[in-house]
Amino acid sequence: MKANFSPKKILNNIQDYFIEISMTKFVIYMVLIAWASTTILPLLWVANNSFRTTTQIVDAPFSLPDSFDLANYINASERINILNSYKNSLIMSGTTVLLVLLFGGMAGYVMARFKFRFQNFINKMIVVALMIPAFVTVVPVYEIFIKMGIVNTYLALILPHTAGNLVFATMMLSAYMSSVSTEIEEAALLDGANRWQIFTRIFVPISRPAFATVGIFTFLWSYNDLFSALVFVPNKSVQPITVLLNQVKSQYGTDLGLQATAVIVTVIPVLLVYIILQKHIIKGLTQGAVKG
Amino acid sequence: MLLTFSLEVETIKFKNDNKVIFFFLLPALLFWSIFLFYPIIRSLYKTFFFTVHNINPEFIGFGNYIKLLTDPVVWLATKNTFIFMIAAVIFQVGLGVLLAIFVDLIRYGKNFFRTTFFFPIVLSAASLGLLFRLLYNYDAGLLNSILEALNFEPVLWLDAAKALAMVMIPTIWQYVGFYFVIILTALTKIPNSLYEVAKIEGASTFQRITKITLPLIFQDIRVCIVLAITGTLKVFDMVWVITAGGPFDSSQVLGTYMYSTVFQRRLFGYGSTIAIFIIILGVIVTTLTNKFIGNRDVTID
Repeated sequence: MKANFSPKKILNNIQDYFIEISMTKFVIYMVLIAWASTTILPLLWVANNSFRTTTQIVDAPFSLPDSFDLANYINASERINILNSYKNSLIMSGTTVLLVLLFGGMAGYVMARFKFRFQNFINKMIVVALMIPAFVTVVPVYEIFIKMGIVNTYLALILPHTAGNLVFATMMLSAYMSSVSTEIEEAALLDGANRWQIFTRIFVPISRPAFATVGIFTFLWSYNDLFSALVFVPNKSVQPITVLLNQVKSQYGTDLGLQATAVIVTVIPVLLVYIILQKHIIKGLTQGAVKG
Repeated sequence: MLLTFSLEVETIKFKNDNKVIFFFLLPALLFWSIFLFYPIIRSLYKTFFFTVHNINPEFIGFGNYIKLLTDPVVWLATKNTFIFMIAAVIFQVGLGVLLAIFVDLIRYGKNFFRTTFFFPIVLSAASLGLLFRLLYNYDAGLLNSILEALNFEPVLWLDAAKALAMVMIPTIWQYVGFYFVIILTALTKIPNSLYEVAKIEGASTFQRITKITLPLIFQDIRVCIVLAITGTLKVFDMVWVITAGGPFDSSQVLGTYMYSTVFQRRLFGYGSTIAIFIIILGVIVTTLTNKFIGNRDVTID
């Protein structure tokens, strides 16, 4: 959107602004700003302390760092191979996203466009599956992986993450696809397209916004999940970056600077994704949440 | 039923539709069967055995269930989980609704507030847990630093009396933005003409909220309440990172107790029994919620 900057308009805006401010409005703004500070300030405090040593933090918790001292970051990168862990996270979460979008899209298409015998049963299954917490399924899945010999491989995290995220993905995508009009499909049918072509050439492109939202959330949830990572990929060489948090917490519990650094290192990629893709995240999620 | 999933399906008939349905659904169904439903059945089977380190299972009938009923920590964890639920409904949904109504009333900064309120959700509970541990730290945490700056004595935040509250606050705080966004979306769907009529008839802002806004978003508030309740049963990461259920089980919730039973005490059979208990509790609570909150639809006339 392009804004037209005319002096008159700006003046009007400022006038409107002052008319708007009444006592009620003032209180409302205060409450909103207070809540916004609870979400922003703690993170800023931690970011600030990630550049300082534990002694400095204890002595003066609120001061800014004397210099941008990267000692904590260097220390953290010696404890764990940060770049390698980022790579692992990217491979595992990226593959999960691709699988979830492909299989979730296929299942969602069928749920949105066909009537068949077990449809109701599958709908119920989806609702039940949404309620299942990860820690309920972890032991049997671990047994399966031991038997298959894939503990400590990328697959050991990709498979359960794909299964878990497929539930939400199928709901979101089928809700979106069911609102696509049948006319386009009928036209494609007359042109001699088969179901697979209709799916890939019509439904996938039309549902791009839904795919974007599902993809982003799948990535975030997969990237953020500490629990499964601890159980399925305990080996250092395949660990995702979130594991750094747990290691630093349990081994360097007294090193406040290092802990602050661990928080910042894990949070930064997610914050970037959020800032860049914000629009898809908030809008897409509410569309799905309210519809489903 | 509130938690149902159904779509209005429009179809076009094809030849060989059944084959298509089968192949399109197959991958998803395989994933769900192997990684969600088989594990539950397998866990159910395990509840009848006593096994340490998951080897040499010994059949003990309902022994684990009897143990469950007489285990004081299970009851403590259940009680804590219920406290968590009530707090989540009151504060998470309550604050979400309040903030959404406020943001809907203002004119400037809507986007800013939406962005800042929502962003804790995209961060991992584990990293926020560690962040809050730093805030609670006795020597140099943010909270004690503020107290000291104001000349108060520092407080031991994570003692047995306060630990549960101290893990509840960040968990609730993280998801307020989620309910905020759902309600805000619902609010934007209310036609402006309704508010204009109210204005002409001389309604105050407060009357406008209680008489028009709240009844119309009631349906969405119900969805939020159900999501908040079921979400509580999944709480794990945050509690695990901040207190791991301690001190002396004071902040134990069912998820953390199940995890420590399996992965620390290595009691696989008993841990599975707790897992089954969590699922049963979830089904009961969701059914009750649906019953109590009822199905009173309000439409725009």
